[in-house]
Amino acid sequence: MVLRFAANRLIGMIVTLFAVSIMVFIIMEIPPGDYAERYAFRKFSGTGVSVTESDIDSLRQEFGLDRPAWERYFTWIGGIVTEFDFGEAFAYETSVNNVIGDRLWLTLAILYATLILTYLLAIPIAIYAAVKRHSLPDYGLTIFSYLGLAVPNFMLALILLYISVTTFGAGVGGLFSPEYEDAPWSVAKALDLFKHLIVPGLVLAWSATALQLQTVRATMLDELNKLSVTAARARGLPEWRLLLKYPARLAVNPVVSTIGFDVNRIFSELPIVALVLSLPELGQLLIASYIDLDMYVAGAILLMLTFFIVLMNFVSDVALALLDPRIKLAGG
Amino acid sequence: MVTIDKAPEPAAPAADQKNLKYYTASQWDLVWWRFRRHRAAMAGFIVLALMVFVSTFAEFFAPYGPTERNSDYLLGAPQIPKVWDANGVSLQPFIHGLSTERDPVTLRQITVVDPEVREYVSFFVRGQSYRLLGLIETDIRLFGVRGGHVHLFGTDELGRDVYSRVLHATRTSLSIGSLGVVLSFVLALIIGGIAGYAGGWVDYAIQRLTEVIRVIPVIPLYMGLAAAFPREWSNTQVYFAMSMIFGIVGWPTLARRIRSHLLAQRGEDYVIAARVAGAKPSRIIARHLLPSFTSYIIVDLVISFPYMILSETALSFIGLGLRAPSVSWGVMLQDAQNIRTIEQAPWLFIPAGFVILAVLAFTLLGDGLRDAADPYQVKS
Repeated sequence: MVLRFAANRLIGMIVTLFAVSIMVFIIMEIPPGDYAERYAFRKFSGTGVSVTESDIDSLRQEFGLDRPAWERYFTWIGGIVTEFDFGEAFAYETSVNNVIGDRLWLTLAILYATLILTYLLAIPIAIYAAVKRHSLPDYGLTIFSYLGLAVPNFMLALILLYISVTTFGAGVGGLFSPEYEDAPWSVAKALDLFKHLIVPGLVLAWSATALQLQTVRATMLDELNKLSVTAARARGLPEWRLLLKYPARLAVNPVVSTIGFDVNRIFSELPIVALVLSLPELGQLLIASYIDLDMYVAGAILLMLTFFIVLMNFVSDVALALLDPRIKLAGG
Repeated sequence: MVTIDKAPEPAAPAADQKNLKYYTASQWDLVWWRFRRHRAAMAGFIVLALMVFVSTFAEFFAPYGPTERNSDYLLGAPQIPKVWDANGVSLQPFIHGLSTERDPVTLRQITVVDPEVREYVSFFVRGQSYRLLGLIETDIRLFGVRGGHVHLFGTDELGRDVYSRVLHATRTSLSIGSLGVVLSFVLALIIGGIAGYAGGWVDYAIQRLTEVIRVIPVIPLYMGLAAAFPREWSNTQVYFAMSMIFGIVGWPTLARRIRSHLLAQRGEDYVIAARVAGAKPSRIIARHLLPSFTSYIIVDLVISFPYMILSETALSFIGLGLRAPSVSWGVMLQDAQNIRTIEQAPWLFIPAGFVILAVLAFTLLGDGLRDAADPYQVKS
């Protein structure tokens, strides 16, 4: 049953990804001028060589830009699906795969560090606040939730940067200490990365935590009034065990069902936070490639980020189906 | 406790009058009464009303124009008007004058505050001339220093007055958000209306489309569309193009809400009655269905405002949105991107305070409106 549900969702996921790829391709095509013009401009500007219209035309032929858009789309997506080849990054004069390199894994490291921090913070604190309703921590949580939305993550990053520069005289940016920057992967390097993940993770977890705190607290409040809780209490179950057994178990469900949203939110905020904290990951590269109009790199990144959002949506659907027996598995 | 007041037994004529007023009140009166009791929401409303008012007349409230430079006071600290100093008390607020000296170590020219010189701040001072609301030509500004300068929030690297710029930026940022919200609202109404009313494969196709737009991370999507703006576009063109993309990307959430509401109401008796009576679909939607959830739409609109404002700030901050000489919160915060600058001039962070204040005010207002608009609301 769960398998059939998962298979259904998997097909839906592929359809969505296909539609997303068309959308991304459209975004890649919108900027005025094409690849050949920008290539010629970049290559010959300042060299004194005068570029004629026919030179650009031959460049166009070389890159296959004279073919219709749908044909180029299929070449592009075909390369990605069959060979995992994302095309050429013209600003760097190499392939997109080369430009992206390690950044994909670092982005995922940041994503998972953020998700783990969000849930480790939000779930226990919200449960505590719901149990101690109308207490000081509960009000503190409400205020924090409002601030979490109002203070954008990149501003929080700037503030942290300001504090660290003025009080410690050092920045908090980067993902590696200088000595590990170009070193091959080792246990020491991984540990170093781990230490550097905490600050960006906290900055990115800021708003996601604020929202999840609210959700978990609201669900907990609903569940605490249920008769099952009263009955368990009447049976003499210790308070903390009945909390874990009934309301807390259910309060986790809305969190699981919104993992996809959290990933979306984190990826949405990532580029600017990465810019401020100078993190070597995809979001920062995305901004740079948008500014250079290096659309193959931008398209590849947009596609990758969306792929992980869709994937996490799928994971969250399946996990919820496993966790919550009340979910009807019929239909997709 | 249920917010709907229970009618007490008629005891006194005065109470009777009050009850009569309550039972005959229109829906909007009820919403307003409930809203007024919500203190945080009222505070949010007042803050926003003030922001809108002051920024609409920014030229009057700001002592200087947004690009006017004071080259004697670059990256200058905020000057707070005082009414007393070591030399005694003054009824008219004043600031201390400035003089230029050479730094004994670096020999660079630096500006120092001269506590012996007083420059008085007066009201209704003549400054650079401007057109109020684009109509009335005048040069009267709310306050200023005759023959000198006053910078409440300090100055930036080019010597432009941060306070004046913030007021102008508030206008840009709020209005660009409003345009985006209005546009996304119109799109959501049309698309969600069609999906919810038509149902079937039309609904299916629209649902898939909204899903695709919602799954792509929103700020990277905005950035992609903003990157396509030609470099030679004027600031006005960029301004309208930005609110366009906010509208184009922002409609799915509201469209979904409208659709599900329409789907739920479609089979209700009053809709069927209207259809039997021969009303056209457009009339049924506009006349019968929409009024049933106007209040929810308003709440959703208010709640979507902060996202627009934050998106504008984020886009302009990284240089893909509005560009100088346009002035918005995001454009101003670009100056605070450089760590050396914020170390030297933390007052360049002041626009961030305005962003936070506006978003907070919108959120509180939205929450209050949501509670007030819900007739079945159970207050906890």
